[in-house]
Amino acid sequence: MKTLSKVYTMLIFVILYAPIAVMVLFSFNASNSTGVFTGFSLYWYKELLSDPATLSALKNTLILAVTSSCIATIIGTVAAVGISKLKNKHTQNAIMTVTNIPMMNPDIVTGISMMLLFVFVSAKLGASQSLGFGTVLIAHVTFNLPYVILSVMPKIRQMDRHLTEAAMDLGCTPFQAFCKVEFPAILPGIISGAIMAFTLSLDDFVISYFTTGNGFETLPIRIYSMTKKRVTPDMYALSTLIFIAVLVLLILSNVAQGDDKKKTRRAKK
Amino acid sequence: MQNKSFMARLMAAPHIVWSILFIIAPLMFVFYYAFTDKSGAFTLSNIQQLGSPSYLTIFARSGAFALVATAICLLVAYPLAYAISRATPRMQKIYIMLIMLPMWMNFLIRTYSIMAIIEDTGFVNTLLGYLGIDPIHMINTDGAVIFGMVYNYLPYMVLPIHTVLSKLDNRLLEASADLGCTPMQTFFKVVMPLSRSGIVSGITMVFVPSVSTFYISQKLGGSSFDLIGDTIERQFQTAYNYNLGAAMSLVLMAVILISMAIMNRYSDDEGSVVV
Amino acid sequence: MLKNINLYIRDKEFITLLGPSGCGKTTTLRIIGGFEAPDEGDVYFDGKRINDLPPYKRTVNTVFQKYALFPHLNVYENVAFALRLAKRSEKEIAAKVKEMLRIVNLEGFEKRNVENLSGGQQQRVAIARALVNEPKVLLLDEPLGALDLKLRKDMQVELKKIQQRLGITFIYVTHDQEEALSMSDTVVVMDNGVIQQIGTPEDIYNEPANAFVADFIGESNILDGIMHADEKVEFSGHTLPCVDRGFAKDEPVDVVIRPEDVDMVDVDSVPIHGVVDTVTFKGVHYEIIVDVGGFKWMIQTTDYAEPGKVVGLRILPEEIHVMKKSKYSNLYGDYSTYFDELDNGSNEEGAGDAE
Repeated sequence: MKTLSKVYTMLIFVILYAPIAVMVLFSFNASNSTGVFTGFSLYWYKELLSDPATLSALKNTLILAVTSSCIATIIGTVAAVGISKLKNKHTQNAIMTVTNIPMMNPDIVTGISMMLLFVFVSAKLGASQSLGFGTVLIAHVTFNLPYVILSVMPKIRQMDRHLTEAAMDLGCTPFQAFCKVEFPAILPGIISGAIMAFTLSLDDFVISYFTTGNGFETLPIRIYSMTKKRVTPDMYALSTLIFIAVLVLLILSNVAQGDDKKKTRRAKK
Repeated sequence: MQNKSFMARLMAAPHIVWSILFIIAPLMFVFYYAFTDKSGAFTLSNIQQLGSPSYLTIFARSGAFALVATAICLLVAYPLAYAISRATPRMQKIYIMLIMLPMWMNFLIRTYSIMAIIEDTGFVNTLLGYLGIDPIHMINTDGAVIFGMVYNYLPYMVLPIHTVLSKLDNRLLEASADLGCTPMQTFFKVVMPLSRSGIVSGITMVFVPSVSTFYISQKLGGSSFDLIGDTIERQFQTAYNYNLGAAMSLVLMAVILISMAIMNRYSDDEGSVVV
Repeated sequence: MLKNINLYIRDKEFITLLGPSGCGKTTTLRIIGGFEAPDEGDVYFDGKRINDLPPYKRTVNTVFQKYALFPHLNVYENVAFALRLAKRSEKEIAAKVKEMLRIVNLEGFEKRNVENLSGGQQQRVAIARALVNEPKVLLLDEPLGALDLKLRKDMQVELKKIQQRLGITFIYVTHDQEEALSMSDTVVVMDNGVIQQIGTPEDIYNEPANAFVADFIGESNILDGIMHADEKVEFSGHTLPCVDRGFAKDEPVDVVIRPEDVDMVDVDSVPIHGVVDTVTFKGVHYEIIVDVGGFKWMIQTTDYAEPGKVVGLRILPEEIHVMKKSKYSNLYGDYSTYFDELDNGSNEEGAGDAE
């Protein structure tokens, strides 16, 4: 039984990683074949890094992810604090239901619904170009908001309600109590919400695809347009670089967490 | 006290305004476009058009593909999640990281990588050729599309199920065995019912993107392969028939919201549903 | 929730609000601290009405249930919190924090993370943090509720010492009667938002005002009685001499007799006798349930008696305490359904509950 489950787990992981492994392998292929490995070469990496469109797409993606996650984190955090303090539970529920719509709806519906809004409004305003950085930014903030709120809200709920009272008891005005006690207590939630928003924004293709215009291409959209043509290994090179970046980030964050835990354990002794 | 609730409303206000402008209003536009023609006059023809056999086939096919992919994901993911949840905490962490790692890569890349290896001249067929086996045609088949869905969305099924299973108290299994259950009975009478919430969220997380995808079907199903997602995408990006696209989105959204409501009912009143 | 609370608290006093959970003791404390406003009535402090004074302007400080230490600050910064707000100099803060940590026996813990401290240590930090501001009054809301028994006993002694050394008023909330009796100058017994009795621990124990107080504080046998005349009370079918006066002729009353005040003697020497029901060895004494005509008495004595044996019960006149009838009459005092474990369990209940 034990060996069976191990074999099964291994099999799934092999299937999961086989395409990625093949891709990494062929990104170093000397020829442009995706079936036969003819020799080691960094040609496709050079090709990729000398392509200005890809580099500008990378820049665009980073700008978009940083701005949209910052805006969503600020609006979302303030809103989470406000919503949790609302007396009327029905209002709270109504707001949360609406907030969660972009999370439950298929991306394609969220994307086209916003596209329709932008197209309609800009047509009414007589603008020449309706879609671009502004519209993608709005779309990204919108789908990031529920994730920020959902990661901040539990921290607010978990917070000992006596903490605020203790702060006021020791001389804080309500505003000082928020800055000195409540904010630090919910900070971990804010940070994880911001990180989640950032990665979702980096990764999004479908919603960006419908809400961006000719002038603004993100990396996923660049990948999409590259894969529309014949399969070429410079895509493999790009994917390999992304894979390595993700791998390094994950390992780093795990090591950092491990360190934290060790520290806590030492302090306990 | 008055002051406090005023502050709360003031803080929630930007988000509420944002939600109205960019969540509710866009959905209103979907309604608006779905029920108007190009000149903006009210019409039911968009919705009626969807009743034609060609569109009904597309809807049925999308539903069937997504259902099959979801079922395969569940069958594959449940034993995997169970096996992982019985490992040591350290190993669990590593396994979960390995499951999540491909998820962090864009799904376009993941789909593309499958395409690359199952192409007629791709890696698998080259390998088969070395072994003296004739190439197998895999790309642009139904199986390839379903494999693409399963491959892309499997982690979404594994993670929620693993979360509930890893919280499962080992003493419950011991208690069940103590009370006379065989391992099989323990699994069906204790483990499965307790992991229902994970299964339900896994199913929604796989079904929703599967039923609405367009990239997977384009890359792995070939250019003539149509799912709802492809049809909607075409209305907006090439055919420029926003009204028909909006009508299709509306139907898609309705189908998903209704099925999610039904699913949530299953996960909410625990005990009343026999698994 | 509170009704007719009329409470004067003197300077430098250790006063305890005692009662079961939901009795209004925590609410009273929160009104004094400024976290809740009374619907009607006034709160005076040093002769000034402070109803509308927010907590941060009151010269009282609170030790919260479960401490409410700031998790993002270390021990030093938690204690220094109020001083930093008051913009004291770094030197003064350091001196004060050191002094406070010395008082609560936590020297050398300055840099520690509060979440890694034991319950008792967290408790001390909370006390130090509240005392650093030199409040005129310290409010303590079930501060020892989360600690285990041994630690609780030590902390009781320590808290009392701190209060005496600093010479400030402590207002202490607890549901633990033993804690209240051993620490307080004055005990306020509350139930259902009403003050049942205010008095010294001795008064509360020896002269309970009604059946509720008698039952809540220690063990008591509470019997129906009739006051035939001054110093003559009838209960359990016999009229006995007592020391109480001032009741109407033949007034129905509640009679309280503490278990340790009953002596087991020969059947012939006293009028009241009964059959030994159960005997439990308690270490210092035996706890014996005696059936007297259907009413079960609890007796604590160092003498042993076989179950089933008929014994006489001797009660001296000064051990009989007569109380006026109240709404609590007949609710308490019979030990016929008494289980040791059950009773202990119900005493623990409410520990750490949020009222």
